[in-house]
Amino acid sequence: MALTVPTLAEMNARGETPEVLFWVGCAGSFDDRAKRITKAIARILHAAEVPFAVLGSEESCTGDPAKRAGNEFLFQMQAAQNIMVLNGYGVKRIVTGCPHCFNTLKNEYPELGGEYEVLHHTQFIQQLINDGRLRIADGNPFKGRRITFHDPCYLGRGNGEFEAPRAALQALDADLVEMRRCKKNGLCCGAGGAQMFKDAERGNREVNHERTDDVLETGAKVVATGCPFCNTMMTDGVKNAEKEGDIDVKDIAELIAEAADLL
Amino acid sequence: MAHLIGQVAFALLLGTAVFFFARRIRTVRRNIQLGRDIDLTDRKSERWATMARVALGQSKMVVRPVAGVMHILIYAGFVLINIEVLEILVDGLFGTHRVFAPFLGGFYNVLIGAFEWLALGVLVACVVFLIRRNVLPIARFRSPEMKGWPKNDANIILIVEVVLMFAFLSMNAADAIAQSRIAQGIWDNTHHYIAAGSFPVSQWLVPLYAGLSDAGIVAVERGAWWFHIVGILAFLIYVPYSKHFHIFLAFPNTWYSNLNPAGQLDNMAAVKKEVDLMMSGDPFAAPAEPAGEAPTEPARFGAKDVQDLTWKQLMEAYSCTECGRCTSVCPANATGKLLSPRKVMMDTRDRVEEVGRAIDAAGGSWGQGDGKALLGDYISEEELWACTSCQACVDACPVNISPMGIILDMRRSLIMEDSKAPEAITSMFNNVENNGAPWAFPATDRGKWTDELAAES
Repeated sequence: MALTVPTLAEMNARGETPEVLFWVGCAGSFDDRAKRITKAIARILHAAEVPFAVLGSEESCTGDPAKRAGNEFLFQMQAAQNIMVLNGYGVKRIVTGCPHCFNTLKNEYPELGGEYEVLHHTQFIQQLINDGRLRIADGNPFKGRRITFHDPCYLGRGNGEFEAPRAALQALDADLVEMRRCKKNGLCCGAGGAQMFKDAERGNREVNHERTDDVLETGAKVVATGCPFCNTMMTDGVKNAEKEGDIDVKDIAELIAEAADLL
Repeated sequence: MAHLIGQVAFALLLGTAVFFFARRIRTVRRNIQLGRDIDLTDRKSERWATMARVALGQSKMVVRPVAGVMHILIYAGFVLINIEVLEILVDGLFGTHRVFAPFLGGFYNVLIGAFEWLALGVLVACVVFLIRRNVLPIARFRSPEMKGWPKNDANIILIVEVVLMFAFLSMNAADAIAQSRIAQGIWDNTHHYIAAGSFPVSQWLVPLYAGLSDAGIVAVERGAWWFHIVGILAFLIYVPYSKHFHIFLAFPNTWYSNLNPAGQLDNMAAVKKEVDLMMSGDPFAAPAEPAGEAPTEPARFGAKDVQDLTWKQLMEAYSCTECGRCTSVCPANATGKLLSPRKVMMDTRDRVEEVGRAIDAAGGSWGQGDGKALLGDYISEEELWACTSCQACVDACPVNISPMGIILDMRRSLIMEDSKAPEAITSMFNNVENNGAPWAFPATDRGKWTDELAAES
């Protein structure tokens, strides 16, 4: 049966209220690689029988890259517009696949009139597993595989969430190895602070290449990510190291979806 | 009579030191208050707890155990040996000698013994720190911003501490010799030496001074005593001019810590007002100014110069001891970019000092300024655009300074005041404005993945 994802407007018209709003984010909506992560999250929500909806064309950039690049006007215009939509639908609970959206919605919107319970998808996945709503298949392909997790700055250092993504990896029974710089000391992928949208400044290296060295040191076969931008940067870093044949870069949602036999 | 001259000299020295210290504190305080106002007096119990944990408890120092443990040794030595300094002050003013000894009895010996061990610990730690700074290839001590005065400042402090500790131990060694000569009856006690203290460390210095005459011993003991206290008073004046000011400012600076998640960036209130106005639907509506209240519009958006930063950010600049932990974890710095978060703090401090001096020279007014600014003359756009806002610098700082906050405030000035941005950033802004996404995709395509998913499943 085709997996259909309703918009909040459609659900509303049917007189239904979703358990969560899935905030997809720009990368998750438009970037081909990130769209695969988005679909994995949707499949997980669907498999766990979570009634959810998206905003579709009513979703707009949270304003994070504008704010971090110094354009507070643009950020607050975006925030005001999004808050109007979210409050209009009476949204209470949001799950998002992007740590930047997560941080902005969770921390920066309340003061502007948008108060929601905001969860990163790894946090929600952890809840679904803990509540028994999501089951990992016994013979999951990641059992015993060496996986390392690259902490997204805006999930980890920015919001103190280090455990949820790791709990998801533990549910896979994977051989979780930590990089030299991990958790609070995790090294940025190089995309934050609007760097994703510009060339790096003059230097002797790209940040994602530096980070890829940390990955290579661990001997991991999979780099798990929790952010579409980190995913892009790490994919590029692994390619630059000519290791794309040996090392997969995958979002936690993709690993879970694959392990739960949802793909 | 000699005693009285000593006492008067001591009182004069003490008064002079306190005068210069207080004068400098007034200047620093005034400079910090050049910043914008910000209310950081909420959540008081959390603030006390943060200060207790981070400043008093040094919780972030020990993240790097070698430097952390030795720093705690110096810190404990500094705090506890100051109890001894209190005795020196009383002795100096009243012409007494080891005035606490009779009151404390056996405990006095325990105290002096403990101070001696601490003094040795401080001495060793300072020597190790000198080696780390000058011999070992530790990258963060060799950054470009550490050349010249910052390097000398660090070395001066460490050397002075070594010399002060040596003077303290020499004083005790000479005192021990005096006490033993008096006890053996070979020295007629016309001096005020009393049998007090225990000298577990300075006993090793006794052979160094044992050959001296009675007068020589007095000279060493008094000389070291004077050197020690004069050194400490000189240090008192020096510290607020130096990076070493962190020993005081670490406490208020951590009390006023940002208690929000590190990822959270402040929402500019002035912008909110304008956006609310626009969203209200009446573009010609006059902003509602509460009667009798001065307009709260800032002079400018973001920070071009130090006066545009908050007083907390300026306090952070004075609290920075240039340890460089921020720079050593900065992804931009690690990959050869110009940005160094430590330099941002040092530049901010240098600039606010410059502004403060100019204000003093102009008799208290800044007027049209000096034609310079923190942004441009100290910190370049290239440095600012290298930041990934990853917050590693904020996390690494042992006294909760946020270089990132200053960087982002300066980006705000570049964008909102000067409309200066790398081309790619400008087009990202345009995309967000026109399409609601940082790329040039129409909002109507947002749901495309759902169609794809339906087709794939």
